[in-house]
Amino acid sequence: MTGTAQAATPPVAVLELPERLRLRYRKLGRVRFTSQRDLARLMERAMRRASLPLRRSSGFSPRPLVSFGLALPTGCSSRAEFLDLRLDAESSTSPGIRVIDSSAVDPAGLDRVCELLTSLLPEGIDVTAAAALHGPEMSLQEAVASCDWELEVLGVGPAEAAGRVERLLDADAVMVTRERKGREVADDLRPSILSLEVADRPARVLDGHGEVVGIDASVSTRPRGVRPGELCRALGDQVTLLGACRTHQWMENEDRTVRAEPLSEAGVACVGLPARTEVLGG
Amino acid sequence: MTTVWDRVEPLLWHVEKPARYIGGEDGSFRDDKGDDAVRWLLAYPDTYEIGLPNQGLQILYGILNERDDAAAERTYAPWSDMEAAMRGAGVPLFSVESTRPAAEFDVLAFNLSAELTYTNVLNMLDLAGIALHTAERGASDAVVLAGGHCTYNPEPLASFLDAIVLGDGEEVVGELNDVVRAWLATPAARRSRRDLHVALARTEGVYVPCLYTPRYEGGVLAGYDVDPEAPPTVDKRTVADLGEWPYPKAQLVPLTEVVHDRLNVEVFRGCTRGCRFCQAGMITRPVRERPKEQVLEMVRTGIERTGYDEVALTSLSTADFSGIGDVVAALTDPEEGVKEVAVSLPSLRVDAFTVATAASIQQVRRTGLTFAPEGGTWRMRRVINKLISDDDLYAAVDAAFSQGWRRVKLYFLIGLPTERDEDVVAIARLAAQCVERGRAYHSKASVTASVGGFVPKANTPFQWHEMDSPNDLRRKVALLRQEARATRGLEIRWHDPDATGAEGIVSRGDRRIGAVIERVWRDGGTFQEWSERFELGRWERALAAEGLDLASTALRARGRDEMLPWSHLSAGLHKDFLWDDYEASLAAEGLEDCRWTPCYDCGACTTYGIEHVVAATAPPAGGSQGTGQGLDLTGAVSIELGATRR
Repeated sequence: MTGTAQAATPPVAVLELPERLRLRYRKLGRVRFTSQRDLARLMERAMRRASLPLRRSSGFSPRPLVSFGLALPTGCSSRAEFLDLRLDAESSTSPGIRVIDSSAVDPAGLDRVCELLTSLLPEGIDVTAAAALHGPEMSLQEAVASCDWELEVLGVGPAEAAGRVERLLDADAVMVTRERKGREVADDLRPSILSLEVADRPARVLDGHGEVVGIDASVSTRPRGVRPGELCRALGDQVTLLGACRTHQWMENEDRTVRAEPLSEAGVACVGLPARTEVLGG
Repeated sequence: MTTVWDRVEPLLWHVEKPARYIGGEDGSFRDDKGDDAVRWLLAYPDTYEIGLPNQGLQILYGILNERDDAAAERTYAPWSDMEAAMRGAGVPLFSVESTRPAAEFDVLAFNLSAELTYTNVLNMLDLAGIALHTAERGASDAVVLAGGHCTYNPEPLASFLDAIVLGDGEEVVGELNDVVRAWLATPAARRSRRDLHVALARTEGVYVPCLYTPRYEGGVLAGYDVDPEAPPTVDKRTVADLGEWPYPKAQLVPLTEVVHDRLNVEVFRGCTRGCRFCQAGMITRPVRERPKEQVLEMVRTGIERTGYDEVALTSLSTADFSGIGDVVAALTDPEEGVKEVAVSLPSLRVDAFTVATAASIQQVRRTGLTFAPEGGTWRMRRVINKLISDDDLYAAVDAAFSQGWRRVKLYFLIGLPTERDEDVVAIARLAAQCVERGRAYHSKASVTASVGGFVPKANTPFQWHEMDSPNDLRRKVALLRQEARATRGLEIRWHDPDATGAEGIVSRGDRRIGAVIERVWRDGGTFQEWSERFELGRWERALAAEGLDLASTALRARGRDEMLPWSHLSAGLHKDFLWDDYEASLAAEGLEDCRWTPCYDCGACTTYGIEHVVAATAPPAGGSQGTGQGLDLTGAVSIELGATRR
């Protein structure tokens, strides 16, 4: 076996990657209890192990040019997270990787980079799609206009939850307070809540905690983002959050008639949308 | 195997830093061993981020999990918010890997690296649902062990531990596994705790406190009644060749940020500088270097495996490593070296050569550099045998500032034997001189002097010496601050004198301190290492309740012939050596490093028939520890500094 092992190894193909790369990943299971800051470090280490020739910022203490999208609150899971990174065509540190023009990238290479990173990341973080980016540059944080969430709450039954959701949607304002720089700040969440409903999923019972109720929410990132914990608090006393999963992040055009994910599971990236519906037809 | 994950998960939403409790580190073990394997739970009695990087624990974790008949998981002290949530929900202490309850493991083994964590040991036993006292445990209860540097005076924890390991754990951990496995193989009906204790006591380097009963006369320890099955003294274990133990082979890479979050490669163990205050240097003798080829191999494979961008070459004084020049040259080589990886030397020697080495490896991030002169005057430094002259320090500081560092941190101790106020004030003057030198290079050069209170520790030449009271220390801190006030760019930081007092109680006390620790814990005194959780009043109340006080347990001097609580536990050092060195210190006489000078028979080598493993026969370039130890041994010192960087 040892004698033939070397001959049997296929020649290692050079992995061709674009200068601008967007990744889509999931964060599920126990690893969701890591913070966004932890995640950035995990990603950086995985990319270093994958020998990705990351472009670095200039200056006294150069940092790799990786930009993460909207932060995922610690404890929340997600099926739709994104990050953009820049690779350096000049870098010689990665023998098996060649950085080429974004338009000439082979999808097979993109699949391989997903597999490679997934194998180097902790269990629960899976890179599910990758795409070359072309055209205008807009940060993911600017580009994403809304997010969809699946929440699981404890403390009230489905009927009570439905009543509270209805009252919340009927309210003119939904005030929550939070601490910012040592001061209590009150914000109105109502303008950011696009939709909210008790989910049509079979209820389950959690040992010692009672019935788990599913709630689906769609929230805008402007005027300000809404955290699942805040939504839960806005539903009133007794309601506690058990879990929350971000299922989508959407880029939208100005009049909210067209939307697309920054990178679909199928590997289609979106860098901008037409401002008005009618432009789409043309 | 039970897991309590379903009960832990809902708690994690409501606690700070939940990633402390989820495991999942790269390099962590997934239990696939047979039923007859001994299940170990390795415990660090402080938070996850303090405990995870502990190399001692990770070495044993690696060694145990390589065996077919052992399986090791880990646990750390849950922070107070998590503890409250766990107690509220009835969730016991659990392992981070499989979330298995601690009481289901066969062995619960604590790493003791800091004395003020002892109340956490009790808290973790309690959270585990394991009986606190050894005497209350039965044949089916977990075996509770401890190891680590603090075990050279384990008496304060003696009532809570089945056995305590002295010295290096690499070899003995396997022997312990055999003992426990044999004991567990005995049918439960015929199994007795006594048999376990006797078998453990027959293992070299293992101290079983319940077989040693202290006797007191007139409120003072008079001796121990030793069970006939136990040896009169227990000697530490020493690994003769570090090259045989390239552990940890797979350093754990945590999912969340921890202290020392980098690859750590131990380049040697032991130190014979002979600093008299330094327990680590005394108890880990002799010096055993790792072959430099192995160091390079561990760095290269470690960086590749972990993805870290920093590696620390660790030891008690890394500049003394014979192969340091070659290792640094190899790691920083533009073609063959490790790419985009920072190499750090966490413990710098105070001389210009060391700074030149640091400069050659830290090409980018030159923020701060740390030196430890420890004493403010040459006289004080002779007393403690830290033989650095003022000029050595100035040369090091000049070198640092000229090479682009802007901040220098200096470590000092106060409360040292024979210390006078002038020695204390001299700390501020010395540090002010360093600021002034820095100003020649940067207008904003700054120096931080960190001042700790000295606790005379077991198995050091100062073990007999008295200790300053918290009030003495406070007065000295005030003197120092007064003196430092005039100097812009000089910051004085100091350790809480009250915490030093409590450290004295648990470092110097005898078995009666166990009841004090228990009272402090019952009074809510966990996480005593954390200043926001510490209050000396708790300790004083507990002492009073036990009829003891700070002066008699911690502060007072001990006579040459007094029975010290650790008299029956040996690091190999002859009592005569320690006493003679103590007398030499009081006469302000230095003692050379025996790596490069004739042996003065401290006992560490001769007692155990081992010797230094040092590749170089002469001190490294840059000399021994400062000019006080004869730089002339190596002739001219060649120091290559780069151009001055501003």
